[in-house]
Amino acid sequence: MAGVEDGSEAMSTDTTVAAPEPATEVAERRPSPHGAVLPAVVHTEWTKLRSVRSTVWSLVATIGITVGLGMLFCFAYTRRFDRLGLRERLTFDPTAQSLRGLFLAQLAIGVLGVLVISSEHATGLIRTTLTAIPQRRVVLAAKAIVFGVIAAVVTTIAVFIAFFAGQAVLDTKQLGVAIGDPHVLRAVLGAAVYLTFVGLLGLAIGTIVRRTAGAIATLVGVVLVLPLLAQALPSPWNDDIAKFLPGGIGTSLFSVRSVADRLSPAAALVVAVLWLAGTFAIATVLISRRDA
Amino acid sequence: MIDVRGLSKRYGSTVAVDGLSFEVAPGRVTGFLGPNGAGKSTTMRLILGLDAPNAGTATVNGTTYRGRRFPMHEVGALLDAQALHPGRSAFHHLLSLAQSNRIGRRRVDEVLGLVGLTDVAGRRAGPFSLGMKQRLGIAGVMLGDPEILLFDEPVTGLDPEGIVWIRNLFHRLAAEGRTVFVSSHLMSEMALTAQHLVVIGRGKLIADDSIDRITAGAGSRVRVLSPQREELARVLTNEGATVQTEDGALSVTGFDAARVGDLAAGHGITLHELTPQRASLEEAFFELTEDSVEYHGGEPRWPGSKMGAKR
Repeated sequence: MAGVEDGSEAMSTDTTVAAPEPATEVAERRPSPHGAVLPAVVHTEWTKLRSVRSTVWSLVATIGITVGLGMLFCFAYTRRFDRLGLRERLTFDPTAQSLRGLFLAQLAIGVLGVLVISSEHATGLIRTTLTAIPQRRVVLAAKAIVFGVIAAVVTTIAVFIAFFAGQAVLDTKQLGVAIGDPHVLRAVLGAAVYLTFVGLLGLAIGTIVRRTAGAIATLVGVVLVLPLLAQALPSPWNDDIAKFLPGGIGTSLFSVRSVADRLSPAAALVVAVLWLAGTFAIATVLISRRDA
Repeated sequence: MIDVRGLSKRYGSTVAVDGLSFEVAPGRVTGFLGPNGAGKSTTMRLILGLDAPNAGTATVNGTTYRGRRFPMHEVGALLDAQALHPGRSAFHHLLSLAQSNRIGRRRVDEVLGLVGLTDVAGRRAGPFSLGMKQRLGIAGVMLGDPEILLFDEPVTGLDPEGIVWIRNLFHRLAAEGRTVFVSSHLMSEMALTAQHLVVIGRGKLIADDSIDRITAGAGSRVRVLSPQREELARVLTNEGATVQTEDGALSVTGFDAARVGDLAAGHGITLHELTPQRASLEEAFFELTEDSVEYHGGEPRWPGSKMGAKR
């Protein structure tokens, strides 16, 4: 932002003005390594992530929350089942029930996504990073690749454990489903896709907002508060808007039953990609233009 | 070679750097001096492409920093030794930096040895003393064996032994033909470390010269003792010198000792003492920056406390 201001006042001070000069004379006295920058920076980001204990614990917590809460919700349902009416029994989605921990786990992975970049701003490390790697877009891309892959792997592990553990609990009342049942595998994988989506959304928001607290507040606002505000709108706007918000996308992705007023899983996946494309486009422009 | 031309930077309505031009040549240590808030750190960030200038250019070896690939092999910079993830070990901090520029793991061990941190390499860097963090930051600069090195206040927090060590390191690097650019608020330290000074105040260039010439040019006085004090003072003042009385002696500025002696002889005035007095670097600096100190504490004071416009 500050970088694109005009320098009209300062122009009189010297003959040379803002225009970035082309590389007229490259003094290569020492051999610099050849090859692409991105793989090297991916290596760097992987080292950064794995060498901080809090990252590892956040990932463990994400798994723990997903599995633990999922089992708890399944257990609660089995205790309540005998008192439920026919309608409630018929609309019960055992897969979604075992994945209920997502509502909290999404915050754990989202906050971790925020921290991947906001912690560098908090410590000032970002200036070291951008001095070592002046290609700022490559830095953001490497962070997105490394964190995205780790988030995808960890959340996939989390949702599969949560699914099988949850079904085991439900099976005590013969309520569980099998992974091979229609749409079940898609829903379980959809849950992992959703968590990865929220994590990457956190990274984009962290890049845009830079400060940890503000970025986490923004993420919570987008993921949890916006759906509530949308619901307050008059019908049919409320549902029309809610289904395009992250929460609505999530419901589409990890529900086995098709839910009324929600996008199809395929459409929800497209909307999730559009969310990431939009937020990362803003993040890319800002990280390139802003003073570090 | 670092080349700064007409560089200006504003943050909102604050002018941090104002039409600054200077060159930093290889083969010597160049000190970068100025009162707090003078724009030293901003200038370094502009050179490194971290901030974008409003006007002017800063180039390193003829090109701007921004477009570089694997720059650590050419340029090393330490801006803030505290800029570390507190939970990451010294080794992993350096390893992550090294990998970004395709520098091998063996070089990480080498630079850890170079700065004397091998024994604590596996420990989290958060609880390190500031002196240890400075050493870790210097290790990071040395990773790529760069020919151009920038340090922002590197002496801060070092113990006397560390200060001698870093001074010798800078001398050795410069002797190897590298470009060494060091900002510091410690005048006495710069007198021992740098051969050349770039002095700025309020974002503007005040001096760009060798230490010898800066101390010679600014604030040199001649102390004169004479039984005919009043008469001598009148003669010197008439000729255009500035004369003050100090402890019964005259303190003459504007003329060198030879001219004072010649004038006295020409007027038949007896002299009992005639002593050229060279200003210390501190005094020279006071004189240079007196008008441009950003934060006056009653009267111009230097060096000030470390509270300035640090971002």
